[in-house]
Amino acid sequence: MTAAAVIEARDVSLTFQTADGPVYALSKVNLTVTEGEFVSFIGPSGCGKTTLLRVIADLEQATDGRISVNGMSPQDARLKRAYGYVFQAPALYPWRTVERNVALPLEIMGLDDAAGRIRRNLELVNLAGFEKKFPWQLSGGMQQRVSIARALAFDPKLLLMDEPFGALDEIVRDKLNQQLLELWDRTGKTVVFVTHSIPEAVFLSTRIVVMSPRPGRIIDIIETNFPRTRTLDMRETPEFLAVAHRVREGLKAGHSYED
Amino acid sequence: MKTEAAAVPSLPARGEGQAFPVAVICLVILVVWYIAAIPMNWVVTESKIAAAGGGAADILYYSWNEQRPVIPAPHQIMMELWNAVFMVKPWAVKSLLYHGWVTLSSTLLGFVLGSLFGIALAIAIVHSTFLSKSLMPWIVASQTIPILAIAPMVIVVLGSLGFTGLLPKSLISMYLCFFPVTIGMVKGLTSPDPMQLDLMRTYNASASDVLWKLRFPSSVPFLFTSLKVAVAIALTGAIVGELPTGAVAGIGARLLQGSYYGQTVQIWAALFMGSFLAAGLVWLVGVAERIVLKRMGARP
Ligand SMILES: Nc1ncnc2c1ncn2[C@@H]1O[C@H](COP(=O)(O)OP(=O)(O)OP(=O)(O)O)[C@@H](O)[C@H]1O
Ligand SMILES: [Mg+2]
Repeated sequence: MTAAAVIEARDVSLTFQTADGPVYALSKVNLTVTEGEFVSFIGPSGCGKTTLLRVIADLEQATDGRISVNGMSPQDARLKRAYGYVFQAPALYPWRTVERNVALPLEIMGLDDAAGRIRRNLELVNLAGFEKKFPWQLSGGMQQRVSIARALAFDPKLLLMDEPFGALDEIVRDKLNQQLLELWDRTGKTVVFVTHSIPEAVFLSTRIVVMSPRPGRIIDIIETNFPRTRTLDMRETPEFLAVAHRVREGLKAGHSYED
Repeated sequence: MKTEAAAVPSLPARGEGQAFPVAVICLVILVVWYIAAIPMNWVVTESKIAAAGGGAADILYYSWNEQRPVIPAPHQIMMELWNAVFMVKPWAVKSLLYHGWVTLSSTLLGFVLGSLFGIALAIAIVHSTFLSKSLMPWIVASQTIPILAIAPMVIVVLGSLGFTGLLPKSLISMYLCFFPVTIGMVKGLTSPDPMQLDLMRTYNASASDVLWKLRFPSSVPFLFTSLKVAVAIALTGAIVGELPTGAVAGIGARLLQGSYYGQTVQIWAALFMGSFLAAGLVWLVGVAERIVLKRMGARP
């Protein structure tokens, strides 16, 4: 049996009507993400990565084309709480402590074992001991980790992550990359991940979607074919470098189109 | 990548290091006041000063100690305040504590009603574009009506319906003070940034969850700012509400009686009592603000 399609986009386009005229944020995007995949979107700033993720999440509506999530419309999927979303900024509620921020989705969805879920997910992002702190008492990277714990708290099968590690230093980023991979491998979640970093994309993904701006579109989709369990040393292997090279070439091609 | 620092409400600055400037201003006001009292009281003091000899000491004595001056000297007001607060029984008709309490009780009732009404109105406005379009002009118009003009009508109409005493005055108070609360709360309830709202969307949160877990907590700093304005206005409203009824009790009644009988010292003492009440109420709201914001994790 083949894995079911979690996300299916057919000729999805999105045009923002702005005061300065239309902005073609997405143009004829075709993409299928199957269950258990780890798909990364990579591309220069403004190429529509966030917009595509938001269309999947029903935070934005496509102006053209068809898209389904779990076989239903993105809206129905959102109403069924099908995904956890990690925003580009932490978006924590400043009047809630760390643990109460993680508790927010649990309160809203009325889930049981809140205490256990909070503890496990804060441990996962290495924030045990910071439960009672308020967001302003944490560094930017710690805040972003809280927001990841919050997205994981209700155990969604689909994770949509918008540059979750963009603000972190290299060491912490490596560490969290590995933990995210372990989590993905262990739980079989489907992950859609936005990044600016080629090594991060190659290390994490089963497939890399290379995007290009004006109009925002997909210019290449690269299968990595690495085993599901990976270590950081893998980044020195020729296979890894070959994939990274192909991604870089794709990004360059997208850029030259612009000039 | 851009990390927007979450909007953390920080606690309002405490009045440290302000004592000196405030004292200087007070001193300047006192000096100007004492000097101004001499020419302003001249019409009533001129003959007495002349009779006493007209020396500098006479001028100062009569200008600052006249029984019914045009403008009383500060120490006369303080004496009157002292006598009316501490030298009579609190429930006596001459006691400013008694009158202060009468006004305070209608102020507090009006303030509570006005704040609740203001908050409820803001919640309604934020949740319905129809209401925000249809109600807002009425709300603004309501504040352009001169309260002194409609206060007598309100009191008379309510009186004929059998409502007398506290309630009509509180209603005028409420009418005046709901406005800043509504304006402040509309701003506060719409203050969450789009990402915080999107987060709620991803959870498919109900409107009441969005209200109580996001919009309302976000609006608390705005709420307290408006409450400080509202509580002072509520006091004004209560005093205004006492004027047209010929009420016998309350700061407003004292002002009115003072002006009937030319008792300027009494008027000023009542005015000061009103100011102290207002300052005390605003201070209390400030204390509540500090406590609440601290609980909500504001930066110290
Ligand atoms: N709400 C909006 N209204 C108008 N234009 C928008 C809106 N949101 C995004 N855009 C435009 O759509 C394009 C794609 O934006 P998007 O945020 O998806 O880029 P991105 O790839 O996520 O960039 P970055 O890497 O900087 O986050 C940009 O040109 C942006 O200006
Ligand atoms: Mg983006």
